[in-house]
Amino acid sequence: MTNDVQYKPFGDSAILITWENTIAPEIIRNINNFKDIIFHQKKEQLVDFIIGYNSLLLKYKVSFNFYDEVQELEELYKLTDNNHQVSAVRWEIPVCYDVEFGFDIESLSRELKLTVEEVIKKHTAVDYTVYFIGFLPGFLYLGGLDDDLEINRKATPILNVPKGSVAIGGKQTGIYPQESAGGWHIIGRTPVNFFNVENKVPCFVKSGDKVQFKPISRETYEQLEIDISLKQYEIVKKSIHD
Amino acid sequence: MIKIISPGILTSIQDLGRVGHAHFGIPTSGAMDKQSHQLANAILNNEKNAATLEITYGNVKFEFLQACEICITGANFSPEINGNTIALNKRVAVNRGAVFTLGKRVYGLRTYLAIQGGINSETIFGSRSFYEGITTKSNIKKGDIIEVFNSNKRTSSNNYSRFKVDLEYFISSVIECYQGPEFDLLTDEQQKKLLNTQFTISPKNSRMGYMLTEKIENQLPSILSSGVLPGTVQLTPSGELIVLMRDCQVTGGYPRVLQLTESAINRLAQKTTGEKVIINLI
Repeated sequence: MTNDVQYKPFGDSAILITWENTIAPEIIRNINNFKDIIFHQKKEQLVDFIIGYNSLLLKYKVSFNFYDEVQELEELYKLTDNNHQVSAVRWEIPVCYDVEFGFDIESLSRELKLTVEEVIKKHTAVDYTVYFIGFLPGFLYLGGLDDDLEINRKATPILNVPKGSVAIGGKQTGIYPQESAGGWHIIGRTPVNFFNVENKVPCFVKSGDKVQFKPISRETYEQLEIDISLKQYEIVKKSIHD
Repeated sequence: MIKIISPGILTSIQDLGRVGHAHFGIPTSGAMDKQSHQLANAILNNEKNAATLEITYGNVKFEFLQACEICITGANFSPEINGNTIALNKRVAVNRGAVFTLGKRVYGLRTYLAIQGGINSETIFGSRSFYEGITTKSNIKKGDIIEVFNSNKRTSSNNYSRFKVDLEYFISSVIECYQGPEFDLLTDEQQKKLLNTQFTISPKNSRMGYMLTEKIENQLPSILSSGVLPGTVQLTPSGELIVLMRDCQVTGGYPRVLQLTESAINRLAQKTTGEKVIINLI
C-alpha cells in the first residue's frame, strides 16, 4: 500500500481526502487511524466525517483556509502508523437462512450452480470487513464476499425488502437495517437491529470492525427475536488483536 | 397549538437538521431553504434552532387553537388568515380559532410558517426535522395537532415592520457552484456543456434530490462509494445530472462534478418542475 493521500476542497466547508483507488482492509485501517488522530487534534473545528472505501470527508464547523488546513492535515498524517491497530471488534451476527426469510436463496443457488448448503457455508466462512456505513442509516458496506457468491443484481428491484434481510448483490453482501426497496438477492434474515434511534450510538458497528455470520435455525431466530425485544440479548463480540 | 385541516402535498417540521451523525448513515435533513426558514425565526426573535413548518406547493388549511404570533417566509402562495391576505416576511398576530390558508402561487415552492416560541415536537439526534425511519412521522397529516412552546419572549410590541426580500432570490436561474472533487475528470467539452447549458428541472425532484432533464454525454465510470453532501451534483453513467438536496444519502458512487454553495441550495429549493437553472462556477 502506498501512503499517498490527496486533499481536495469540497464546497467551502469540507475537505475530501482520498487514498489509492482500491478496496482493501489496510486502507480502511489507515483511514480510521488518520480519522482518530484528526479528531483527537481538531475536534473543535469539525462537525462530522464520512468514510468511504478509499476516502475520508471532513465537515468543518468553522471557515478555514484550504491550503493552510491541508498543511496541518499533512503534518497529522505523518503520525499515522500502518502497524497501529485501531480498536476494532469482531461481531457474530446470527442469520436464519430459512427459505421463507431468504426467499431468493434457491434461485441464487441454481444460478451459481451451488447447493443451498454450499451457499450458506461460503457465506458464513468469511470474516467480513466493515468499510463504512452509508446508503441507509445503519447500512454496512461489507467487503470480503467469496468470489463464488458474486452475482448480478436483480433486473428489477423489489419495493419491500423486510428489515433484517441479508442479501448479496454484485461483489457485496449486506443487511437491510430497515424495510426498503432493494435489488439484491435475499438469502436470509437476522433478528439483530442494526439501527436504533433510541440509542445514543444508533449503530453498534463501526468502520474497521469485522462481521461474521452464524447460521441459526428458525426456532433460534424466533427465540432471539423475543430476547432482543426484551433487551435480554447481547451480540457475541470479540476484540481484534491481529 | 395548530390543527391541520388540510396538509397539502407535503408539509413537514424542519429545523437546521441533524449534524454530526453522517457516519452512522443519517442524512442531514433540515429546511430545504434554510435562509427563508431562518428569516422567519429571526423576525419572531425565536431561537436559532427553532422548528418551523415547511409547506411544499401551498394548498394547506390550518386552524390556530390559541392566539399567537406567526411569520410566513419563502414561497408566496397568497397566504390568508380568515380569508384576509396577510403579508410575508412580517410578524402577524393571529387570534384563537383563526384559519390560515395558502392559495394561488405567486412565486417559489416552499413556504415556511414559524410560530413565536417554535414548534414542540420529538427531537431525534438533536433535530426535529422529519425523516422517514428516523422520526416517527415523515409528513404532516390531516387532523394532526402541532404543539408550540410557550413563549414570553416578545419582540418589541410595535415592531410589525415588513422585512424586504429581493424577488431575484426566487426568480434568478443562476446557481452558483464550486468544482466538485471529480470535475477535473470531465473533458473540456463536458465542462463547457455543463457551464453553458440552460438546464430544466425534471419532474423527479424531491427533498432528496433534483434531477435535471438535459443530459451530458458521459463515459466516466462510477467511483468507489464516497461521501456526498447536500448540494453535491452527481453525473450518472447515462449522463443524468442529480443535484443532491437536504435529505440525501451520505455516500454515493457517481462522480461528483459540482458542489452548490449554501445559498444556491436554498435558491434551488424554491424551484420546481420545468424551471430553468444555469450553472455559474465560482
